[in-house]
Amino acid sequence: MAKALGEIIIDIEKCKGCSLCIDACPEEVLSLTNKINKKGYQYIVTVNSNCTGCANCALICPDAVITVYRKIEKSA
Amino acid sequence: MSNNIETAKFRPEICTDENLVYRKPSTLLPEPFHYCPGCGHSTVHKIFMEVVEEMGIENEIIGVAPVGCSVFAYHYMGVDMQQAAHGRACAVATGIKRVQPDKYVFSYQGDGDLAAIGTGETIHAANRGENILVIFINNGIYGMTSGQMAPTTLEGMVSTTSPHGRDVKTQGYPLKMSEFIAPLPGVAYVTRQSVHKPANVRKAKKALRQALEYQKQGLGFCLVEIVTNCPSNWRMTPAQANQYIEEKMLAFYKLGDIKVPEVK
Amino acid sequence: MGEIKLMKGNEALAEAMIRAGCDAYFGYPITPQSEVLEYLSKDATQRTGMVVLQAESEVAAINMIYGAAACGRRVMTTSSSPGISLMQEGLSYIASAELPCVLTNVVRGGPGLGTIQPSQADYFQAVKGGGHGDYRLIVLAPSSVQEMVDFVRLSFDLAEKYRNPVMILADGAIGQMMEKVELFDQMPRKTEFPDWATTGKPKDKERRYITSLHIQPEKMEEINKHLQAKYKQIEKDEVRYEAFNLDDAEYILTGYGLGARICRKAMDILREKGYKVGLIRPITLFPFPKKVYKEVADKVKGILDVEMNSGQMVEDVKLSVCGKTRVEYYGRMGGMIPSPEEIVENFEKLFIKGEA
Repeated sequence: MAKALGEIIIDIEKCKGCSLCIDACPEEVLSLTNKINKKGYQYIVTVNSNCTGCANCALICPDAVITVYRKIEKSA
Repeated sequence: MSNNIETAKFRPEICTDENLVYRKPSTLLPEPFHYCPGCGHSTVHKIFMEVVEEMGIENEIIGVAPVGCSVFAYHYMGVDMQQAAHGRACAVATGIKRVQPDKYVFSYQGDGDLAAIGTGETIHAANRGENILVIFINNGIYGMTSGQMAPTTLEGMVSTTSPHGRDVKTQGYPLKMSEFIAPLPGVAYVTRQSVHKPANVRKAKKALRQALEYQKQGLGFCLVEIVTNCPSNWRMTPAQANQYIEEKMLAFYKLGDIKVPEVK
Repeated sequence: MGEIKLMKGNEALAEAMIRAGCDAYFGYPITPQSEVLEYLSKDATQRTGMVVLQAESEVAAINMIYGAAACGRRVMTTSSSPGISLMQEGLSYIASAELPCVLTNVVRGGPGLGTIQPSQADYFQAVKGGGHGDYRLIVLAPSSVQEMVDFVRLSFDLAEKYRNPVMILADGAIGQMMEKVELFDQMPRKTEFPDWATTGKPKDKERRYITSLHIQPEKMEEINKHLQAKYKQIEKDEVRYEAFNLDDAEYILTGYGLGARICRKAMDILREKGYKVGLIRPITLFPFPKKVYKEVADKVKGILDVEMNSGQMVEDVKLSVCGKTRVEYYGRMGGMIPSPEEIVENFEKLFIKGEA
C-alpha cells in the first residue's frame, strides 16, 4: 500500500496566527507557537510528522503562507 | 496553550519541485495582506490569483477594486487594476470592457459597495449583460468603517449601528442580491460560494474559473458571491467566525449555483 | 477648407467628437444636451467603431468614463447642470488619478431642477474644482457653434497633454442654436496607448494600477504638490482669450461664451454712441487670463462684467485687476438672457451717469 509523506514550509513572518489551518488539518500536525514574529503575531508550527500533504492547511490559509509537498512512498 | 511546544523535525528531502502540491500563486504580489487575521478577503484574493495563474491570463485581465476593505486589492493582485469610487465598480468595469472587449474584466466588491451604494450600477450592468465577472464578498457588515450594519446583515445580527440586533421593522431586511440579479436575461451565471472550509475553498475557486471561462465565451454577466467572515467586526475569533458562517450565514444565504448558462 | 454644414451646437459637438477619433462616449439624457447622445446613436459606431452607451445615470456615465479613460482611450461625456452636479464625485477621482477625458456642460438655469433655458450659473463649479479636494479642470468656453467643433479637438489634445479632465462650458443657447460650421476631416482612432494605461499587464513589465487613494498623508501631499505644479504650468502655457478695441479703450466689457457674443453687439452700439469701449472674452476660464485684465486695469476707467448668473466670473476679474480699476457686474439669472440694449443701458447708468 502506498503511503503519502507530507511536509510544509511556513512563511512565519507573514503568518497572522489566525489558526484556521489548525482546525483544517485532519492529522493535527499544526499548533500555535508561543513565540511571536516581527509583526507581533504568534505563528503556526508543525508539532508532529503525520502530515500527508493534503494541502487543506494551505487552502484555508488566508495569507498564503504555507507551501505543501507530498511524496508517495510505495511500501515493499 | 503550552509554553513549550515541541516542533517537529523538518524533512527537507520531501520538499522537492516534483513533490510540490501547493505554493502561493506567482500572480499574488509579495506585499503582505493588510487584512485582519483569518479574513476571507485574503483567501478569495489568493484563489482568484491562482485561477488567473492557471489560466495564464495575467497579461489580459483588468480588475476594479472600489471602496471597502478590499480597496487595496491592487496591492496584492499582480494584474492591471483600477481603484474605483464607492459603489461604482460595475460602471468602471463597463467602461473598461466596452473599450477592450477582448480582455478579461472583473470587479471585486463588498456587500456595502455592491448591495447598498452601488445597487443601481450593479443591476444595470447585469441587465445590459456586460460580459464581466463580479466577485461579491458578502460578510454581512461594513468592515472598513469598523462594523456598521450592511444591507446583507442578518435579522437580529449585531453591528455598531444595530447594537440591539438588526430590527427588520425599522432597518429593513437582509438583501439577497444574487437571487435578485439572477433572473435578469443579461445574466449568464450566478453562484454563491464560501471559503470557510477547505472543501468550500476548492468549490469557490472552481466557480471563479468557471465564470472566467463563461466570459471568454462571451456569455454575459457573471456574479460569484462569496459568503465570508469578518472576525474583527463580528467580535469573534476566526474559528468562531467560520462557525458562525456555517450555522447562521449559510442558513439564510444558501450555497450553490443560482443560475447557470443553458447548454446549447 | 473642411466640409461646411449648417448645424445645431449639440450636433456639431457630437460630429466633432466622432471626427476627433473619440473611442467612447457614455452619457445620459438631459435637456438641453440630449441631441448629443441622439446624434451619436445614429451611426457613430458604424462610422468609426467608437463605443456609444446610454448609461443608467450621470453617476454611472462618469464612472464608465473613468474606466475607459484609465485604459488610455479618448473618452467624452456631456450633460447639463444637474447631471454635471451628479458627476462631481467621479470628476474628483478622475482629476486625482490624472485621467484624460473631455466633458461638456450645456448649462441650464439653476439652482435645483431650475429651468431648461440657457445659463452661466455653473461657472464656480467648473473653474474652482466642483467636487471635493484641491483640483482643477481645464475649462473652455465656446461662444459659437464653430467653437463647439474646434474645442472638441483642442480639449482632447489638452486632456492628453496634461492628463487632466477638460470641460467645455457651453450653455443651452450655444447647444441649441444653428450656425454654419466648418468641420475638420476624420481623424484616425488611437491604436497605441500610454504606458500608464491599464490594458493588461505587459509581459516582463510591472503591472499598472490607477488610483486616487494614498492613505499616507505624506504621499497624498506629494500628489497634491504634483497636481498644483501641473495647474501652474497650465496657467503659464494654456491661457486663451480674445480681445477687441483694447488700444483706445476707456472702458471694457467682459463676458464669456454667449455673454461675450451679446457684449460684442453692445460694444458696437456703445462705440456708435461715442464711448471708447473694448471687449475681453476669456476662452479658457481655467486658466483664467489674469494678465490681460491686469494690463488694461491701469489704462481704463472701468470694467463691466456681463454674465448669465449672479456674478461669478466677476470675482476672477476683480482678483486679476487687484483694485486698480472699477469693476461692475450686470447680468440676468435663471435662464434669462440679457439683451445688448440692456447692457448699454446699464453701462451708461453705472459708468456715465454714475448711478451706481
